[in-house]
Amino acid sequence: MDDLTLVTRLLDGDEVAFRDLVTRYHRSLVRIARYYVVSESSAEDVVQETWLAVLRGLANFEHRSSFKTWLFSILVHRARSSGVRERRTVTLDFSNESTVAESRFDQRGVWCEPPVPFTDAVDSRLTNGPLAALVRECIAELPEPHQAVITLRDVEGLSTTEVASLLELSDANVRVILHRARARVRTAVEARWEVQPS
Amino acid sequence: MGGAAIVKLRPSPLVCRQAVELMSDYLDGALSGRDTRRLEKHLAVCESCRTYLEQLRLTISLSGSAGPDDLEPAALAELVDVFRKFRGGPDASSENDHA
Ligand SMILES: [Zn+2]
Repeated sequence: MDDLTLVTRLLDGDEVAFRDLVTRYHRSLVRIARYYVVSESSAEDVVQETWLAVLRGLANFEHRSSFKTWLFSILVHRARSSGVRERRTVTLDFSNESTVAESRFDQRGVWCEPPVPFTDAVDSRLTNGPLAALVRECIAELPEPHQAVITLRDVEGLSTTEVASLLELSDANVRVILHRARARVRTAVEARWEVQPS
Repeated sequence: MGGAAIVKLRPSPLVCRQAVELMSDYLDGALSGRDTRRLEKHLAVCESCRTYLEQLRLTISLSGSAGPDDLEPAALAELVDVFRKFRGGPDASSENDHA
Protein backbone atom coordinates (compact mmCIF):
# COMPACT_ATOMS: atom_id res chain seq x y z
CA MET A 1 0.00 0.00 0.00
CA ASP A 2 1.47 3.38 -0.93
CA ASP A 3 2.09 6.28 1.43
CA LEU A 4 -0.73 8.38 0.05
CA THR A 5 -3.32 5.70 0.76
CA LEU A 6 -1.98 5.21 4.29
CA VAL A 7 -1.91 8.96 4.91
CA THR A 8 -5.53 9.27 3.78
CA ARG A 9 -6.52 6.47 6.15
CA LEU A 10 -4.50 8.00 8.94
CA LEU A 11 -6.43 11.24 8.49
CA ASP A 12 -9.55 9.19 9.16
CA GLY A 13 -7.98 8.00 12.41
CA ASP A 14 -7.00 4.53 11.19
CA GLU A 15 -4.60 3.01 13.74
CA VAL A 16 -3.51 0.22 11.38
CA ALA A 17 -2.40 2.84 8.85
CA PHE A 18 -0.39 4.53 11.62
CA ARG A 19 1.27 1.23 12.55
CA ASP A 20 2.14 0.57 8.92
CA LEU A 21 3.72 3.99 8.41
CA VAL A 22 5.60 3.85 11.70
CA THR A 23 6.96 0.41 10.86
CA ARG A 24 7.89 1.39 7.32
CA TYR A 25 9.98 4.39 8.34
CA HIS A 26 11.32 3.56 11.78
CA ARG A 27 14.80 2.34 10.86
CA SER A 28 15.55 5.30 8.60
CA LEU A 29 14.10 7.85 11.00
CA VAL A 30 16.22 6.56 13.89
CA ARG A 31 19.27 6.55 11.68
CA ILE A 32 18.85 10.14 10.55
CA ALA A 33 18.11 11.22 14.13
CA ARG A 34 21.36 9.54 15.16
CA TYR A 35 23.20 11.86 12.79
CA TYR A 36 22.29 14.69 15.16
CA VAL A 37 21.97 13.16 18.62
CA VAL A 38 24.43 10.94 20.40
CA SER A 39 22.37 8.21 22.00
CA GLU A 40 19.94 5.65 20.68
CA SER A 41 17.40 6.65 23.32
CA SER A 42 17.57 10.34 22.35
CA ALA A 43 17.03 9.25 18.76
CA GLU A 44 13.97 7.20 19.74
CA ASP A 45 12.61 10.27 21.59
CA VAL A 46 13.09 12.43 18.52
CA VAL A 47 11.25 9.85 16.40
CA GLN A 48 8.33 9.86 18.86
CA GLU A 49 8.17 13.66 18.83
CA THR A 50 8.24 13.52 15.05
CA TRP A 51 5.22 11.23 14.85
CA LEU A 52 3.32 13.41 17.27
CA ALA A 53 4.13 16.43 15.09
CA VAL A 54 2.98 14.46 12.04
CA LEU A 55 -0.34 13.64 13.71
CA ARG A 56 -0.80 17.29 14.65
CA GLY A 57 0.20 18.64 11.25
CA LEU A 58 -1.26 16.03 8.93
CA ALA A 59 -4.55 17.85 8.34
CA ASN A 60 -2.57 20.82 7.05
CA PHE A 61 -0.10 18.80 4.99
CA GLU A 62 -0.45 20.23 1.50
CA HIS A 63 1.30 17.58 -0.59
CA ARG A 64 3.68 20.09 -2.11
CA SER A 65 6.32 17.48 -1.37
CA SER A 66 5.91 13.75 -0.90
CA PHE A 67 4.81 12.57 2.53
CA LYS A 68 8.24 11.01 2.93
CA THR A 69 10.11 14.26 2.34
CA TRP A 70 7.76 16.08 4.69
CA LEU A 71 8.25 13.40 7.36
CA PHE A 72 12.05 13.61 7.16
CA SER A 73 12.03 17.40 7.22
CA ILE A 74 10.05 17.31 10.48
CA LEU A 75 12.47 14.76 11.90
CA VAL A 76 15.56 16.75 10.92
CA HIS A 77 14.05 19.92 12.36
CA ARG A 78 13.33 18.24 15.70
CA ALA A 79 16.61 16.33 15.80
CA ARG A 80 18.54 19.47 15.06
CA SER A 81 16.91 21.45 17.85
CA SER A 82 17.30 18.69 20.41
CA GLY A 83 20.78 17.85 19.20
CA VAL A 84 22.20 21.32 19.77
CA ARG A 85 23.75 20.42 23.07
CA GLU A 86 24.78 16.87 22.36
CA ARG A 87 25.58 17.23 18.70
CA ARG A 88 28.67 15.44 17.66
CA THR A 89 31.08 17.30 15.49
CA VAL A 90 30.69 15.80 12.07
CA THR A 91 33.77 16.53 10.06
CA LEU A 92 33.56 16.16 6.34
CA ASP A 93 36.75 14.54 5.24
CA PHE A 94 37.42 15.29 1.61
CA SER A 95 40.95 14.00 1.52
CA ASN A 96 41.86 11.82 -1.40
CA GLU A 97 40.47 8.59 -0.05
CA SER A 98 40.43 6.08 -2.89
CA THR A 99 37.22 4.11 -3.14
CA VAL A 100 38.88 0.88 -4.22
CA ALA A 101 42.08 -0.35 -2.55
CA GLU A 102 45.19 0.63 -4.53
CA SER A 103 46.41 -2.96 -4.35
CA ARG A 104 43.57 -4.05 -6.63
CA PHE A 105 45.16 -2.14 -9.54
CA ASP A 106 48.48 -2.54 -11.31
CA GLN A 107 50.88 0.34 -11.97
CA ARG A 108 48.92 1.46 -15.03
CA GLY A 109 45.70 1.62 -13.02
CA VAL A 110 44.22 -1.53 -14.57
CA TRP A 111 42.53 -4.15 -12.37
CA CYS A 112 44.99 -6.82 -11.27
CA GLU A 113 42.51 -8.25 -8.78
CA PRO A 114 39.21 -7.65 -10.60
CA PRO A 115 35.77 -7.92 -8.98
CA VAL A 116 33.82 -11.15 -9.36
CA PRO A 117 30.05 -10.85 -9.99
CA PHE A 118 27.99 -11.28 -6.79
CA THR A 119 25.59 -13.42 -8.72
CA ASP A 120 25.25 -14.57 -12.27
CA ALA A 121 21.88 -16.14 -11.78
CA VAL A 122 19.25 -14.62 -14.01
CA ASP A 123 16.64 -15.50 -11.43
CA SER A 124 18.14 -13.73 -8.45
CA ARG A 125 15.35 -14.32 -5.94
CA LEU A 126 17.55 -16.78 -4.04
CA THR A 127 20.51 -14.45 -3.70
CA ASN A 128 18.60 -11.22 -3.21
CA GLY A 129 17.24 -12.22 0.18
CA PRO A 130 20.59 -12.89 1.90
CA LEU A 131 22.41 -10.35 -0.27
CA ALA A 132 19.90 -7.65 0.64
CA ALA A 133 20.32 -8.51 4.32
CA LEU A 134 24.09 -8.17 3.96
CA VAL A 135 23.72 -4.81 2.21
CA ARG A 136 21.54 -3.53 5.08
CA GLU A 137 24.09 -4.79 7.60
CA CYS A 138 26.94 -3.00 5.81
CA ILE A 139 25.00 0.27 5.57
CA ALA A 140 24.35 0.14 9.32
CA GLU A 141 28.11 -0.04 9.91
CA LEU A 142 28.98 3.05 7.88
CA PRO A 143 30.33 6.11 9.66
CA GLU A 144 28.56 9.49 9.49
CA PRO A 145 27.76 11.38 7.38
CA HIS A 146 27.90 8.47 4.92
CA GLN A 147 25.14 6.59 6.70
CA ALA A 148 22.72 9.52 6.76
CA VAL A 149 23.30 10.36 3.10
CA ILE A 150 22.97 6.79 1.79
CA THR A 151 19.88 6.23 3.93
CA LEU A 152 18.03 9.22 2.52
CA ARG A 153 19.24 8.76 -1.06
CA ASP A 154 19.40 5.00 -1.68
CA VAL A 155 17.29 3.49 1.08
CA GLU A 156 14.49 6.07 0.94
CA GLY A 157 14.97 7.22 -2.62
CA LEU A 158 14.99 11.00 -2.06
CA SER A 159 16.70 13.08 -4.74
CA THR A 160 20.22 14.40 -4.30
CA THR A 161 18.82 17.92 -4.01
CA GLU A 162 16.32 16.88 -1.33
CA VAL A 163 19.08 15.16 0.65
CA ALA A 164 21.31 18.22 0.32
CA SER A 165 18.63 20.55 1.56
CA LEU A 166 17.63 18.29 4.48
CA LEU A 167 21.19 17.83 5.73
CA GLU A 168 22.29 21.39 4.85
CA LEU A 169 25.00 20.22 2.47
CA SER A 170 25.76 21.22 -1.09
CA ASP A 171 24.65 18.94 -3.92
CA ALA A 172 28.30 18.37 -4.79
CA ASN A 173 29.13 17.28 -1.23
CA VAL A 174 26.17 14.92 -1.17
CA ARG A 175 27.42 13.32 -4.39
CA VAL A 176 30.95 12.89 -3.03
CA ILE A 177 29.72 11.38 0.24
CA LEU A 178 27.28 9.14 -1.62
CA HIS A 179 29.99 7.95 -3.95
CA ARG A 180 32.18 6.96 -1.02
CA ALA A 181 29.34 5.43 0.97
CA ARG A 182 28.26 3.25 -1.96
CA ALA A 183 31.84 2.20 -2.65
CA ARG A 184 32.33 1.24 0.99
CA VAL A 185 29.16 -0.80 1.05
CA ARG A 186 30.17 -2.57 -2.16
CA THR A 187 33.60 -3.34 -0.71
CA ALA A 188 32.14 -4.61 2.57
CA VAL A 189 29.64 -6.80 0.74
CA GLU A 190 32.37 -8.12 -1.53
CA ALA A 191 34.50 -9.06 1.49
CA ARG A 192 31.71 -11.05 3.16
CA TRP A 193 29.62 -12.40 0.32
CA GLU A 194 30.25 -15.89 -0.92
CA VAL A 195 29.55 -15.94 -4.61
CA GLN A 196 26.75 -18.38 -5.32
CA PRO A 197 27.64 -21.16 -7.73
CA SER A 198 25.53 -20.99 -10.86
CA MET B 1 47.70 19.94 -38.91
CA GLY B 2 43.95 19.96 -38.38
CA GLY B 3 44.24 16.31 -37.42
CA ALA B 4 46.74 17.12 -34.70
CA ALA B 5 44.38 19.70 -33.17
CA ILE B 6 41.54 17.17 -33.05
CA VAL B 7 43.77 14.58 -31.38
CA LYS B 8 44.70 17.15 -28.77
CA LEU B 9 41.04 17.92 -27.97
CA ARG B 10 40.00 14.30 -27.71
CA PRO B 11 39.55 13.35 -24.04
CA SER B 12 42.21 11.03 -22.70
CA PRO B 13 41.06 7.45 -22.24
CA LEU B 14 40.26 6.27 -18.72
CA VAL B 15 42.00 3.52 -16.84
CA CYS B 16 40.04 1.32 -14.41
CA ARG B 17 41.23 3.18 -11.31
CA GLN B 18 39.72 6.39 -12.70
CA ALA B 19 36.62 4.70 -14.10
CA VAL B 20 35.42 3.43 -10.69
CA GLU B 21 35.49 6.99 -9.35
CA LEU B 22 32.88 8.07 -11.90
CA MET B 23 30.38 5.26 -11.50
CA SER B 24 28.25 6.57 -8.65
CA ASP B 25 27.58 9.83 -10.50
CA TYR B 26 27.09 7.88 -13.72
CA LEU B 27 24.31 5.80 -12.17
CA ASP B 28 22.65 9.00 -10.95
CA GLY B 29 22.93 10.68 -14.34
CA ALA B 30 25.09 13.35 -12.73
CA LEU B 31 28.16 13.03 -14.97
CA SER B 32 29.01 15.60 -17.64
CA GLY B 33 28.47 14.52 -21.21
CA ARG B 34 32.20 14.34 -21.73
CA ASP B 35 32.82 12.09 -18.73
CA THR B 36 29.82 9.95 -19.64
CA ARG B 37 31.32 9.31 -23.08
CA ARG B 38 34.75 8.56 -21.59
CA LEU B 39 33.27 6.11 -19.11
CA GLU B 40 31.05 4.39 -21.66
CA LYS B 41 34.00 4.01 -23.99
CA HIS B 42 35.94 2.32 -21.22
CA LEU B 43 33.02 0.09 -20.17
CA ALA B 44 32.65 -1.08 -23.75
CA VAL B 45 36.09 -2.67 -23.63
CA CYS B 46 36.49 -3.54 -19.93
CA GLU B 47 34.55 -6.47 -18.52
CA SER B 48 35.92 -6.00 -14.98
CA CYS B 49 34.61 -2.45 -14.80
CA ARG B 50 31.25 -3.63 -16.14
CA THR B 51 31.21 -6.13 -13.27
CA TYR B 52 32.06 -3.38 -10.78
CA LEU B 53 29.29 -1.19 -12.15
CA GLU B 54 26.80 -4.05 -11.93
CA GLN B 55 27.82 -4.73 -8.30
CA LEU B 56 27.30 -1.08 -7.48
CA ARG B 57 23.92 -1.03 -9.23
CA LEU B 58 22.82 -4.19 -7.38
CA THR B 59 24.03 -2.83 -4.04
CA ILE B 60 22.07 0.38 -4.55
CA SER B 61 18.89 -1.37 -5.61
CA LEU B 62 19.07 -3.74 -2.61
CA SER B 63 19.60 -0.80 -0.22
CA GLY B 64 15.94 0.09 -0.53
CA SER B 65 14.67 -3.31 0.58
CA ALA B 66 12.96 -3.49 3.97
CA GLY B 67 14.27 -5.65 6.77
CA PRO B 68 12.12 -7.85 8.98
CA ASP B 69 13.40 -6.63 12.34
CA ASP B 70 13.34 -2.87 11.98
CA LEU B 71 10.97 -2.03 14.79
CA GLU B 72 10.94 -3.66 18.21
CA PRO B 73 7.46 -4.52 19.55
CA ALA B 74 8.09 -2.35 22.63
CA ALA B 75 8.98 0.66 20.49
CA LEU B 76 5.90 0.09 18.34
CA ALA B 77 3.73 -0.10 21.47
CA GLU B 78 5.10 3.26 22.66
CA LEU B 79 4.36 4.85 19.32
CA VAL B 80 0.85 3.44 19.24
CA ASP B 81 0.44 4.98 22.69
CA VAL B 82 1.36 8.35 21.21
CA PHE B 83 -1.30 7.79 18.55
CA ARG B 84 -4.02 6.76 20.99
CA LYS B 85 -3.31 9.64 23.34
CA PHE B 86 -3.45 12.01 20.41
CA ARG B 87 -6.78 10.52 19.34
CA GLY B 88 -8.01 10.75 22.92
CA GLY B 89 -8.70 7.01 22.89
CA PRO B 90 -7.97 4.33 25.48
CA ASP B 91 -4.47 3.99 26.86
CA ALA B 92 -2.54 1.46 24.81
CA SER B 93 -0.58 0.24 27.81
CA SER B 94 -3.68 -1.42 29.23
CA GLU B 95 -4.15 -3.50 26.10
CA ASN B 96 -2.17 -6.27 24.59
CA ASP B 97 -3.86 -6.95 21.28
CA HIS B 98 -2.37 -6.63 17.81
CA ALA B 99 0.77 -8.43 18.95
ZN1 LIG C 1 38.26 -1.03 -16.41
